[in-house]
Amino acid sequence: MNDLSLYILDLVQNSIEAGASLVKIEIVEDLEEDLFTITIEDNGRGIPKEVIDIVTDPFYTTRKTRKVGLGLSLAKQLAMDCEGSFTVERLERGTKIVLKMKHSHIDRPPLGNIAETLLALISGAPDVDFIFCYRNNQSEFTFDTRSIREVLGDDIPLNTLSVLDFIRSQLESGLSNLTGGVNNK
Amino acid sequence: MIKSIQELEEIRKKALEELEFRKQHGEGIRVVVGMATCGIAAGARPVMLKFVEEIQKRNLRNVTVVQTGCIGLCKYEPIVEVYEPNKEKVTYVKMTPEKVLKVVAEHLVNGKPVYEYTIGYEENKEANN
Repeated sequence: MNDLSLYILDLVQNSIEAGASLVKIEIVEDLEEDLFTITIEDNGRGIPKEVIDIVTDPFYTTRKTRKVGLGLSLAKQLAMDCEGSFTVERLERGTKIVLKMKHSHIDRPPLGNIAETLLALISGAPDVDFIFCYRNNQSEFTFDTRSIREVLGDDIPLNTLSVLDFIRSQLESGLSNLTGGVNNK
Repeated sequence: MIKSIQELEEIRKKALEELEFRKQHGEGIRVVVGMATCGIAAGARPVMLKFVEEIQKRNLRNVTVVQTGCIGLCKYEPIVEVYEPNKEKVTYVKMTPEKVLKVVAEHLVNGKPVYEYTIGYEENKEANN
């Protein structure tokens, strides 16, 4: 995977598969501390205590079809390559993943198209709510599907085409307003 | 964050029409995109979004795009399955946004699957090599 938005998409798929109804995705670019941090927190069924320490092992998977699981191990590898850290934490209800990288590290991939990641998530899992928060030293952008759901009412799924179109325009305009740039550069 | 209440009301109206259409016409076509680690790494995200975009552009109100985990054939990712009521499932492999254009035009609009993008075609090709 060549950008961070794809890692995020992959990690959040785990949350969806774990039955989460709310997923919080936070990206913090801190140039003063030279840190790039991605936090994903969900309220899914969580990871059993017995396996929490081995979930980042590529030879551990809950899947029955084969013996490898790459999502978490790839993310951990990335953190290690970028002089960062990777933690998976059991919450009272759900899971919290923190992926830290040295911001200026030569091996740190660009963020990539985070708007597309969110759109893919929302259109694929219309019943799940997503809170997306991006912060850097100058600005902040927050997007919360719950506020859209509130106005639209419960009878309209978020993956209705006209709603997705609206969400796309909200994300694109919100992200392009950021200084420091959440984009493909 | 919300631009204007008016805008959202407009969207609500359109969305309700879409839903009404689906209700009246029953279960339509389902496009299922594999979005596990293998699929994402192979480029499933642009493929999925291209489907959404094209379906929207053509206003195909009987089509829904959903996602699934690993389909189990990682070397053929991105994989897209098309389910039509009362028809056999069609599995497209090694999909790209360009291929999506053709699948939407020929399969979703005109009902003719694009055989040269299907898994059957791909496996035959490999067997003959």
